[in-house]
Amino acid sequence: MQIDSLLAAEASTSTSRTLTITLFLVFVAFTLGITVWASRQTKTATDYYAGGRSFSGFQNGMAIGGDYMSAASFLGIAGLIALYGYDGFLYSIGFLVAWLVALLLVAEFLRNSGRYTMADVLAFRMRQRPVRTAASVSTIVVSIFYLIAQMVGAGALVSLLLGIKPGATFLGMDADTAKVATIILVGALMIVYVVVGGMKGTTYVQIVKAFMLMGGALIMTLLVLAHYKFNLSSLLGDAAEQSGKGAAFLEPGLRYGVESDDAAKTFYSKMDLLSLGIALVLGTAGLPHILTRFYTVPTSKIARKSVLWAIGIIGTFYLFTLALGFGAAALVGSKAITEQDKAGNTAAPQLAQALGIDYLGGETGGAVLLAVIAAVAFATILAVVAGLTLASSSSVAHDFYASVVKRGQASERDEVRVARIAAFVIGAVAIVLSIFAQSLNVAFLVALAFAVAASGNLPAILYSLFWKGFNTSGAIWAIYGGLSSAVLLVFFSPVVSGSPTAMFPDSDWHWFPLNNPGIISIPFGFLCGYLGAKFSKESDPNKYAELEVRSVTGYGAH
Amino acid sequence: MTTEATPTDKYLEVQQSEEFVRLRRKLRNFIFPTTIAFFLWYALYVLLSAYARDFMSLKIVGNINVALLLGVLQFVSTFVIAWYYSRFAAREIDPIADKIRGEMTAAAATPEPGDTETKPEAAK
Repeated sequence: MQIDSLLAAEASTSTSRTLTITLFLVFVAFTLGITVWASRQTKTATDYYAGGRSFSGFQNGMAIGGDYMSAASFLGIAGLIALYGYDGFLYSIGFLVAWLVALLLVAEFLRNSGRYTMADVLAFRMRQRPVRTAASVSTIVVSIFYLIAQMVGAGALVSLLLGIKPGATFLGMDADTAKVATIILVGALMIVYVVVGGMKGTTYVQIVKAFMLMGGALIMTLLVLAHYKFNLSSLLGDAAEQSGKGAAFLEPGLRYGVESDDAAKTFYSKMDLLSLGIALVLGTAGLPHILTRFYTVPTSKIARKSVLWAIGIIGTFYLFTLALGFGAAALVGSKAITEQDKAGNTAAPQLAQALGIDYLGGETGGAVLLAVIAAVAFATILAVVAGLTLASSSSVAHDFYASVVKRGQASERDEVRVARIAAFVIGAVAIVLSIFAQSLNVAFLVALAFAVAASGNLPAILYSLFWKGFNTSGAIWAIYGGLSSAVLLVFFSPVVSGSPTAMFPDSDWHWFPLNNPGIISIPFGFLCGYLGAKFSKESDPNKYAELEVRSVTGYGAH
Repeated sequence: MTTEATPTDKYLEVQQSEEFVRLRRKLRNFIFPTTIAFFLWYALYVLLSAYARDFMSLKIVGNINVALLLGVLQFVSTFVIAWYYSRFAAREIDPIADKIRGEMTAAAATPEPGDTETKPEAAK
């Protein structure tokens, strides 16, 4: 089976390559069309930042799904399940349960009291300039972590798709050059979407992508289940057998919380599992590109509805990833997956190819399904990257430029112009950074972004909404404290140096034993916010009354 | 910001009104305990994954073990809580919130003498 699909991969490479490129171009042309159309309707700052606040609950729910089901969900989780079995499922669970934090504690309050960005709520009752500066910094840092993950996914995909073997070339490029070229292409496209289409164009791109992704995942799930006559147990059994790890493949512990003879190692590995768990569940409600989605609907009730849709869509998708991951373990095999991509990022497209060969008429079928799924994955990456760039450039323009530099005196046109320039710059920075980090699993990278968001943003948001005694100093301490502790711990972790899979495998400056900083940096962010607020006498009961009344009732909402 | 012209005393008044206090209590009595409950339930799952491997690996039917079942139950509980919250909010929260908002909007539309506040932008 595995050898078959490898041979077939060789033979069908060129069909698949042409088809993928064609499909991808169709998607790009279609979404560019939407973007240009949306740009004609983008006249005010509200149109640019919030899509005119005119989307329905279902539309925004799909768009949230589109923003959230990133390369991490599709490529990363499927890959982790395919290689490590059950442990990959932990991501799906954390990513989904996290939505309850957003639904119950953040979405509606944010929609009611903010305007365009996360900082609107953070700075509501604080001194504008310092808080907005801090929020802008943390928005950019979180978005860049997340962007790197998406770009790594794009790079992994392209070498599979173009089927470039070591030494071979495509259009005169070897595999590494092609990866870099892809990253630059994806980056350039996203800049176009964001700069031209603003929130309206980006939202439609998310919706189209969400439909494509759900459709693609559904087809593959059905084919996998059909292969096992809809008997989940025999799928799991086969996956466990093919993995060579037996029943352990279906239990926690192959990747996280690994038990070994070294007691300290076991302890740290288990701490790492807890750290990942807490980062996943608390990160979502602090992600700037998700938070800005709540502004694209007219009222908080519709924001609530859109979160419900999103939970339904995202939850269903994560159930599909179980079938995809275990299906890839059973039908592709970990050997073939790791040969293509060490971190497993290509498991889902490789599964598509294997399924196509079995069910859609041999090698051509394999090439077709691979091409379709790869185009879906590219669409996924492109859309998420656009959402992230939009959120971070909005924050630069609305929070930093308009409020800090211009002290609230910038015209709407000026603000939008700066947002477009910022999108361009952030896109360029992300392109450059993504060329490193190629060896890391995409879901794992996103988990780092979640940890940073949960440490830097969530404490400030929750204190701001629910704690009367919170103030400017608390907000600044919470953001900078949580953010810097998370980033520093990552920097001194085995992710960056001192392990074979690190970004810099040949150097070693790590002293922090965990891969994910959440278990330390999230409580630290909350503690900083508490202490910062206590160390300052600033307090404005009137402003808190206004925030509370408006966030709960929706009075005076934009 | 459209609200800068709005005196904030008005908000203090509303915030301390009986109706708003009741709304806030209802809302907080739902969202905080629910958050704690689902967080503990999730934490239990993560802790079991880390420290109760033997329990998690018990097989229930065929190759389906406790770990997988508990994972899927996290999905189920998430769906149920989301659905239950939206029902609760639509029945218990929205009517009071709408009423308070309506009263505030009406009050803002008929300014008292000497009151220079501007009418807040209606929800778009």
